[in-house]
Amino acid sequence: MYQLLKQIAKTGIVSEPAPLPDAALRALEQRLGQVILKHFGRALAIRHVDAGSCNGCELEIHAMNSPYYNLERLGIKFVASPRHADMLLVTGPVSRNMETALRRTWEATPDPKLVVAIGDCGCTGGVFGESYASCGRVSNVIPVDVAVPGCPPTPVSILQGILTAITPGRK
Amino acid sequence: MPLNELPIDVEPLAGAMPAFCASVPAAELRGLCEQARARKARLVALWGSDETQRSAGYALHLALGFPSGLLWVSVPLSRENPHYPGIADIYPAANRMQRATADLLGIIPSADADRRKWLRHGAWPEGSFPLRKTVESGARFAQVPDRYPFVPVEGEGVHEIPVGPVHAGTIEPGHFRFSIVGEKILRLEERLGYKHKGIEKRFEQMTLEEGAKLAGRVSGDSTVAYAWAYAMAVEGATGTEPPPRALGLRGILLELERIANHLGDLGYLGNDVALSFGFFQFWRLKEDLLRTQAQLFGHRYLMDAIAPGGVAKDLPRAAGESLIAHLAKIEREVATLKSIYDEHAGAQDRFIMTGQVTPELAERMGLTGLAARASGIAHDLRVDYPIPPYQQLDPRAASHTRGDVAARVALRFDEVFESMRLVQALVQQLPPGDTRAPVVAAAAGARGLGWVEGWRGEVLIALETAGANRIHRLHPHDPSWQNWPLLEHAVHGNIVPDFPLINKSFNLSYSGVDL
Repeated sequence: MYQLLKQIAKTGIVSEPAPLPDAALRALEQRLGQVILKHFGRALAIRHVDAGSCNGCELEIHAMNSPYYNLERLGIKFVASPRHADMLLVTGPVSRNMETALRRTWEATPDPKLVVAIGDCGCTGGVFGESYASCGRVSNVIPVDVAVPGCPPTPVSILQGILTAITPGRK
Repeated sequence: MPLNELPIDVEPLAGAMPAFCASVPAAELRGLCEQARARKARLVALWGSDETQRSAGYALHLALGFPSGLLWVSVPLSRENPHYPGIADIYPAANRMQRATADLLGIIPSADADRRKWLRHGAWPEGSFPLRKTVESGARFAQVPDRYPFVPVEGEGVHEIPVGPVHAGTIEPGHFRFSIVGEKILRLEERLGYKHKGIEKRFEQMTLEEGAKLAGRVSGDSTVAYAWAYAMAVEGATGTEPPPRALGLRGILLELERIANHLGDLGYLGNDVALSFGFFQFWRLKEDLLRTQAQLFGHRYLMDAIAPGGVAKDLPRAAGESLIAHLAKIEREVATLKSIYDEHAGAQDRFIMTGQVTPELAERMGLTGLAARASGIAHDLRVDYPIPPYQQLDPRAASHTRGDVAARVALRFDEVFESMRLVQALVQQLPPGDTRAPVVAAAAGARGLGWVEGWRGEVLIALETAGANRIHRLHPHDPSWQNWPLLEHAVHGNIVPDFPLINKSFNLSYSGVDL
């Protein structure tokens, strides 16, 4: 126990400042009013949906929970059910085998809700494109508010996308 | 020439790894597999191909791992009746591979009882086979209703918990059907294939050069292993010789990928036993390493760092020294964290004897890679076939025999330390010279094999070229094919709340097997 406490004390706090929102990431005009956004801002619940990614974007979503990015200090947390979520964070080209599951997850998320598409595949279909097995970009299946490119996008970019989605502003 | 281990005639296959090809009629397939099994050869992969455009019907392919090398067996099948005797009773791991091959190509195992679909959910109808050459790359099928017969478990007090495909955490999609009594798991049945996005068909629309990017995205967490296996296959098929410096750099990249993934897993394994301290500490160290990788190689996960012919980026001397210094710092911290994990009674209580796969079961079912080494099967391609750059380094395969979560945790610690030693040696012994050789143009119908020990286990790429530097058929094979069925066994008798811990201790790929 002594060693554990010593390690915690030695490590200190490594969290870095959060990035600013970036309007260039918007795919749709902000649809939510100031009042709602004010509340979302400090208590945002996110449901992640992997709709067919290579698992690269997931690595960076995990990294967002690391002490350097420390998502929860911003009042943002991942939840276990779409019914508890304000935002869906969707990765991958949407495989046709996940199309129904993604639609149902979106329908199960209560309004008002936001969708952030993550990665080159989520934005355009990426290297997998559209085929007998892939629907391509996320917005081909559900409406997307903010799209974050990158292969995979860094944790800072993903965080920037999330913060953009909950900030007032035009496209 | 005859193969050392079997009385059959084989052709040596040019490439970095020792490999041979043989063609066997369907009637002799089972006999061959029985003999191979008796000589302890393991089934590395099984896939099919459409040869109808070369007026030759279809073909089934097997990759068998012998001590003298990899044997690529091809079984020609007729255009009218592409059936073959199934081998899942000889090699249990073949079950899902046979079913996937049937879904994609209509190549049917006639003897086996389990003929359920695997990759085909609702995206294409029964009787359509998207990987056949007659199906255009732009083809679309209407969604059809998806029904899948899970094996029912009945009895007093038995009930089912269906989980997924959308899970509670940040995990890839898949469906787990638990049959339980109280908290105890009686049976787990997996259903995967949700991420099937047509990777193999996609390869067939690409040139050898374009394929490298896709290969690095079959399973993003193993991008280095796949990129190296792809490069090895292309180099074998084209007769390209990568420079020695490039091979040294590939070794460094592969070991860094192993370290990064193991650090992440060790963090999550702590997290899953409520030791969130472990998560934060290991993910801090992992992030340090990712940033170093971005700085030195231009990508946090080293994507596209390996290309056919060599590597994309050199490591100058000063950068190599800073990498070694950086790893030494991480190593000291990992050593501290290891002693904290080892002495943490609460964590060890959850780890020990949880999710056990005995050596006997592992052997019977064909467990492979990291998980196999935790269950007493000491296979490691870096040790078994020490080709450059591993030749002079004398790599040591970690091994544990208990096969529980604790063994898979201990194995990861061992491999982190060994990989750090390897990186250090590779940096110090990096040969001078070029980092990339031009890729020779490929002849149509040339074969190449890539076989690399990724962090999860052996990654295989089997390639056959078409004309004009294009791909006729490419099968990427992830070790998770072999290991997913063992997860179903590992959870027997465990309680449902331990499933996430057991699952994480294997950390298998979904995208790598759904393709």
